[in-house]
Amino acid sequence: MMQEGLDDGPDFLSEEDRGPRAVNVDLQTDGTLQVDISDALSERDKVKFTVHTKSTLPSFKQNEFSVVRQHEEFIWLHDSFVENEEYAGYIIPPAPPRPDFDASREKLQKLGEGEGSMTKEEFTKMKQELEAEYLAIFKKTVAMHEVFLCRVAAHPVLRKDLNFHVFLEYNQDLSVRGKNKKEKLEDFFKNVVKSADGVLVAGVKDVDDFFEHEKTFLLEYHNRVKDASAKSDRMIRSHKSAADDINRIASTLYTLGTQDSTDVCKFFLKVSELFEKTRKIEARVAADEDLKLADLLKYYLRESQAAKDLLYRRGRALVDYENANKALDKARAKNKDVLQAETTQQICCQKFEKISESAKQELIDFKTRRVAAFRKNLVELAELELKHAKGNLQLLQSCLGVLKGDT
Amino acid sequence: MERKPPPFPDSEEQEAHSEKAEEESGDDDDDDDDDGGEDIFTGNDLFSEEGSYPGVQEPSVDNQHASNGLRSDDDEQDLFAEARVELSLDRSSTKGIREVTRSSPSAPDISYKSSTSKMSFEKPEEEESNDKFELNIAVTHPEKVGDGMNAYMVYKVSTQTTLPMFKSRAFSVRRRFSDFLGLFEKLSEKHAQNGYIVPLPPEKSVVGMTKVKVGKEDTSSTEFVEKRRAALERYLHRVVSHQNLLQDPDVREFLEKDELPRAVSTQTLSGAGFLKMINKASDAVNKMTIKMNESDNWFEEKLQEVENEEQQLRKLHAVVDALVNHRKDLCGNTAVFAKSMAMLGNSEDNTALSRALSQLAEVEDKMEQLHQEQASNDFFIFAELLADYVRLLGGVRNCFDQRIKTWQRWQDAQSTLQKKREVEAKLLWANKPDKLQQAKDEITEWEAKVTQYERDFERICATVRKEVLRFEKEKSNDFKVHIIKYLESLLVSQQRLIKYWEAFLPEAKAIS
Repeated sequence: MMQEGLDDGPDFLSEEDRGPRAVNVDLQTDGTLQVDISDALSERDKVKFTVHTKSTLPSFKQNEFSVVRQHEEFIWLHDSFVENEEYAGYIIPPAPPRPDFDASREKLQKLGEGEGSMTKEEFTKMKQELEAEYLAIFKKTVAMHEVFLCRVAAHPVLRKDLNFHVFLEYNQDLSVRGKNKKEKLEDFFKNVVKSADGVLVAGVKDVDDFFEHEKTFLLEYHNRVKDASAKSDRMIRSHKSAADDINRIASTLYTLGTQDSTDVCKFFLKVSELFEKTRKIEARVAADEDLKLADLLKYYLRESQAAKDLLYRRGRALVDYENANKALDKARAKNKDVLQAETTQQICCQKFEKISESAKQELIDFKTRRVAAFRKNLVELAELELKHAKGNLQLLQSCLGVLKGDT
Repeated sequence: MERKPPPFPDSEEQEAHSEKAEEESGDDDDDDDDDGGEDIFTGNDLFSEEGSYPGVQEPSVDNQHASNGLRSDDDEQDLFAEARVELSLDRSSTKGIREVTRSSPSAPDISYKSSTSKMSFEKPEEEESNDKFELNIAVTHPEKVGDGMNAYMVYKVSTQTTLPMFKSRAFSVRRRFSDFLGLFEKLSEKHAQNGYIVPLPPEKSVVGMTKVKVGKEDTSSTEFVEKRRAALERYLHRVVSHQNLLQDPDVREFLEKDELPRAVSTQTLSGAGFLKMINKASDAVNKMTIKMNESDNWFEEKLQEVENEEQQLRKLHAVVDALVNHRKDLCGNTAVFAKSMAMLGNSEDNTALSRALSQLAEVEDKMEQLHQEQASNDFFIFAELLADYVRLLGGVRNCFDQRIKTWQRWQDAQSTLQKKREVEAKLLWANKPDKLQQAKDEITEWEAKVTQYERDFERICATVRKEVLRFEKEKSNDFKVHIIKYLESLLVSQQRLIKYWEAFLPEAKAIS
């Protein structure tokens, strides 16, 4: 019964909710191309995003239009960027993570099964909480898909990509099937080779100081962000558990308070009321920490990986270039196939230099974006923590005032 | 007025009394020295003397009585009210309490149900609060004595008091855990059967103590010792706040005497052991075939309330316990996260951001400290309070059971008496004069017993009522005080939180 409610696919996004969505990244969007996710529908095992575009670019048939896309289509778009040699010199915006409602759904199901064993109030309360949790996860996944699109739209080169335009405009199903088993296996091997390669390439000392520094920096940074992300998740989970406990304390105190109408029972009722309110605040604190801190770290985990991938590609190109040089020298020495070797060498050189040039700019942009994002989120985090702490304080003070006055 | 009331003991007499009390060293039956004590309780006229005791607070108002919640005879209460008053005047008379409990034979006219012209001396509680005497007890300085498995912890029990029954105003003794259990055993042996709610000491813990004995110096064993110390202190506070128990010489001895004989039987008896016994006794009572027919529902209803409350408090305790554990987790996870953040700050190459991240790591470090303290407060102020009361409510249930047992004894005596009368009737009819005399003797004996047990029952009813009301008041107060304290600790936490984040905010804004 619970599931049906969700299957109806209510429109979770109201106008107010659409507020600060692209919270993680500071993007310069200009008027020529604006993309957002205006709506989203949750069905049993998939989410349907309504991608809304506003553009003055001539390549589009209309100035404003919308299409419906699913997660797989986002992944298809991302992969097409990665596989495109032309984009080797750019940081490819990281793909949004798959919408994962499994945990939440499981909890709702368990709640439905356990309905008989708790009081009506408890049940309604828990149901509300789980629905709020579901809603929060939903909003997050929408945000992450949107950020991906916005990053692409903001990128001077990627925004012109044909696949991107098809993605935005083609108002029918793109029929991108998920990768079949063979392709998944291929991917797996590609990754294995890549990481082995990555080690190889990383080992080669770069002549260019900038890139050498960036390499060292990114390797370390990525690992530490990974660590911080995992630890922040654990911390926030404990915080949520504590807030849940306070909720149960409030319920039990309420039961105790309703046993009788003595002095002490009235006392319990007031305290129960207080805890109800403070635990809502505690839950919000945990949620805000999640949004401003944990999500930020997760995002930069993905972005730093994308930056590392860029460096890898450049490193690969460098190796190719150096190999081509060696081949050319050998060819010249033997005086055989010199022209061919020269052409190859030139191609490699061009490729390498092209990548290097754009990579440099990309990495500088990455740093700017990162610093701005952290600043924004840390400031907002601090402001929210303060807001909630002050709210809590006020509740406690007023409650204590009443309780002490009564006794 | 024929009889003058015993003079209010002035200071010299007081000393004389207290010295005598000392010399008696527990000899109940030598009443001769202590005139003051005796006169009060053997004379009836006592009850007609109104407000003639110097120093007695004038009985204020009956409203207090009513709010007491007593529904039936006020006079049931009066005897004890008087007793209390006497005790607060004449502190030397520790035998007073014993007299009271045995007073019926010596004051046969006093019937609990008749409404004689009793003055309603006001509630003893009123006396307590107007009492000029002070008593403060602290349990401190846990010390390990000995080594290995024979080691034990010794606690310093310090008393500060203006009560004249003690030898001095400030003194301290060293006591070990089994001493506390011994005290409990003595008190419960004497008083539980009369319907008094005897406070329970903290639980024995083999695991906790073994760690301490073995000498493991980690946080869990220091926590354990602190938990026990606090629990022992609360236990003593409860004992002395009970007027009747305070007068018990065992309590005085416990607080004052330098060396106590080692309590051996505590090896088997402990808070938990006692609770087990209570539960077994409960079950036995429930199995009793003759259901007691209550003259009024007060006892049944109260018992039901107590049982409900015990259940709810258990539930609440379990949740608060969960909160303590989650906060401890949060504390640990925050510490780990703080370190991780510091590392991230180190590797960040933008200087301002790097500094901000390090600052964030510091804030999280402070949060860890905060969570640690809060978890400790959750535990010591809230969780332990609940645990204490779950145990205490078990003790309350026990006193209800004692009442039923007393009733049962009375009923059994009545049926025995009946049987004896039947025997007598048969003998009369069978005309056996020699056995007849014996039968008549037995009847007399049992008639006395029936009377005695009936009085015991009525007395225990009165005691239980009073005890329950006293307990409820104490509990209500305890909860209010502790919960307010807990909320205040939460408030302080939030204030500190605000301070930390306010310090951080400019750092975050300074990132560029």
